[in-house]
Amino acid sequence: MQQRSPKQSKEPNLPLPQAYPEGHKGEGRGEGAAIANPTSNHPSSLVINVEGLSKRFNGLLAVNNLALQVRRGEIYGFLGPNGSGKTTTIRMLCGLLTPDGGRGTCLGYDVIRETALIKRQVGYMTQRFSLYEDLSIRENLDFTARIYGMANRRRVVDQALERLGLGDRQKQLAGNLSGGWKQRLALAACMLHEPKLLLLDEPTAGVDPKARRDFWDEIHRLAGEGITVLVSTHYMDEAERCHRLAYIAYGTLLAQGTVAEVVENSGIVTWMVECADVYALGAQLRGRAGIEQVVPFGNVLHVSGTDRALLEQSIAPFRELGECRWTAIQPGLEDVFIQMMEGARDNV
Amino acid sequence: MSERFAWHRFIAVVMKEFIQMRRDRLTFAMMVGIPLIQLVLFGFAINSDPKNLPTAVLSADHSEFSRSFVRALENSSYFKVTAQPASEREAERMIAEGEVQFVVNIPQNFSRRLQRGEHPAILIEADATDPTAVGNAVGALSQLAQSALDHDLRGVLQPLQGKPAPFEVRLHRRYNPEGITQYNIVPGLMGVILTMTMIMQTGLAMTRERERGTMENLLATPVRPFEVMAGKIVPYIMVGYIQVTLILLAARLIFGVPILGSVMLLYIVVLAFIAANLSVGLMFSTVAKNQMQAMQMTFFFFLPSMLLSGFMFPFRGMPEWAQKVGSVLPLTHFLRMVRGILLKGNGLLETLPHLWPIGLFLLTVVAIGLKRYRKTLD
Repeated sequence: MQQRSPKQSKEPNLPLPQAYPEGHKGEGRGEGAAIANPTSNHPSSLVINVEGLSKRFNGLLAVNNLALQVRRGEIYGFLGPNGSGKTTTIRMLCGLLTPDGGRGTCLGYDVIRETALIKRQVGYMTQRFSLYEDLSIRENLDFTARIYGMANRRRVVDQALERLGLGDRQKQLAGNLSGGWKQRLALAACMLHEPKLLLLDEPTAGVDPKARRDFWDEIHRLAGEGITVLVSTHYMDEAERCHRLAYIAYGTLLAQGTVAEVVENSGIVTWMVECADVYALGAQLRGRAGIEQVVPFGNVLHVSGTDRALLEQSIAPFRELGECRWTAIQPGLEDVFIQMMEGARDNV
Repeated sequence: MSERFAWHRFIAVVMKEFIQMRRDRLTFAMMVGIPLIQLVLFGFAINSDPKNLPTAVLSADHSEFSRSFVRALENSSYFKVTAQPASEREAERMIAEGEVQFVVNIPQNFSRRLQRGEHPAILIEADATDPTAVGNAVGALSQLAQSALDHDLRGVLQPLQGKPAPFEVRLHRRYNPEGITQYNIVPGLMGVILTMTMIMQTGLAMTRERERGTMENLLATPVRPFEVMAGKIVPYIMVGYIQVTLILLAARLIFGVPILGSVMLLYIVVLAFIAANLSVGLMFSTVAKNQMQAMQMTFFFFLPSMLLSGFMFPFRGMPEWAQKVGSVLPLTHFLRMVRGILLKGNGLLETLPHLWPIGLFLLTVVAIGLKRYRKTLD
């Protein structure tokens, strides 16, 4: 990765106070001239365009009336708590599940009727490692290449191995690889048939930070080549590396847009407090009018709420004490998402 | 989905299955080892006392005496006259196809020679491929000759009563004259072993994909259900043939089982039987959620197959309802085919009556399996 903003080397969980840097957002886009302008919402530049998508399991609503627009060449983050319907949505997009309701297209094909055509052009990376553990690295890639009927199978597999840097370990069983390598192999396998759209379901769960960073560099490189990527994740630092993102909870889409837009539209006010004893202070703050979230981040405390006046009224007595340093900051994505999730639960 | 079958995807699945089979050394060893061990273990006979065995009476003498003899046969409860063939040829076909267990030949002039005190003979041909099935019935025969006609021998014939028997019953144990149990058991084992390994292996092959999560990956590719199914079946057909060859070799070399019919024909009809069992395995795998369930379902099918097919106990010794259930099972028909070919030297013509029920079974099960195979994760 050529341009890494310094903040990304910080703790992954530290929410970022400022808006998303422009340089990052534009990254990779210059590399592929063929990419349509990602800011355009014209139907032809939408790789995924679905609306009203719903799915029930045994009467339980897993995805509720979901609309999603993903533009070509975009890295689209898909966030939400466990069980919020992320995996179900991804499975519906690639034809693994039949939606109970809704309509739309994926790569220009109907998501209900033309799943076979979609499957040919989509690379789907499952949440769990789903290559054959008892097949070697090469055999796995070879199998995938055969399934997609690739003409120059040998060369394609050789190239993939070389890119992976696994050429000398190609005879090793896939099951013996470490988590990070498994994930890279899985990505290589689902990229083998040169799909136009990548659907990645929590690709970096349980992978160490270095491997995660490498993985994301690779995703940005692919996006630069014009490939559209829909990626679900729990990690906020990963969310911030997406061009745009959607937040889903209890099967319902709660927010959509760039990081800056999502933060801005959330209407959350956050104060950062630096204090000697953040836990004591936290205990006193919790439950006061207007204070909806009190979250410690190491030596600092984030105090958030949606009603600015009420919040500031509640913290005023503490600020007057002068023991701690209070700073108004822009809320981080995590603050925003937790807030949204709480709100959504109240509505469900 | 109107897409056509694609060879490259089918071959991809076949190749993958072969590699996985090769990697799983223990399972592969079991697939070859099970037949050998069972062959050794089943060196003992299983006994029973079946009654009402179907009997054809080929009578060239329509006298009171022959009727009395047939009645006496039936009264012994071992024989049940089910056919009165018009010719020797027809009788021969009946016993070869297994339609009857015995053919009673009453010669011409039986009554006249009996009355003259010439002690005529009645020939009883027994299908002795399964010696336990005919053993007791045969035992009852000698007693019969003694007393069957006592009631008819009156007046001047009175002296013929009692000893020695007024006529002679000659028994001809067909196909297995010495009544060697292994002749029956060893060919039968072929069917039993194929049933168990074929169903279990295919059942596991599919549920393994689901359990390990690789099914999700497979479903996300353009591969079609039929390609997956066929691709998984082919490697196991080959395993099946290896087992058949092993058992045939053991049958010939270790147990000295005669191989009268065409081995070629056997290899052909075995295909239908293997396919039927594989389809059962695949159907189970579309229902079972994990490998454990697939295993349990295998035994759910395997036990009745073993008990009701005529492998463990003589088929004709079972009550009628059990025979009906047994008639649905492919193993029942396969046993008759394989014993027919090996021991009776049956050709294709005599084999056909047992081939079509297997074919019918196969078609039904494949239809259910394809219907149940889920192209999605719903």
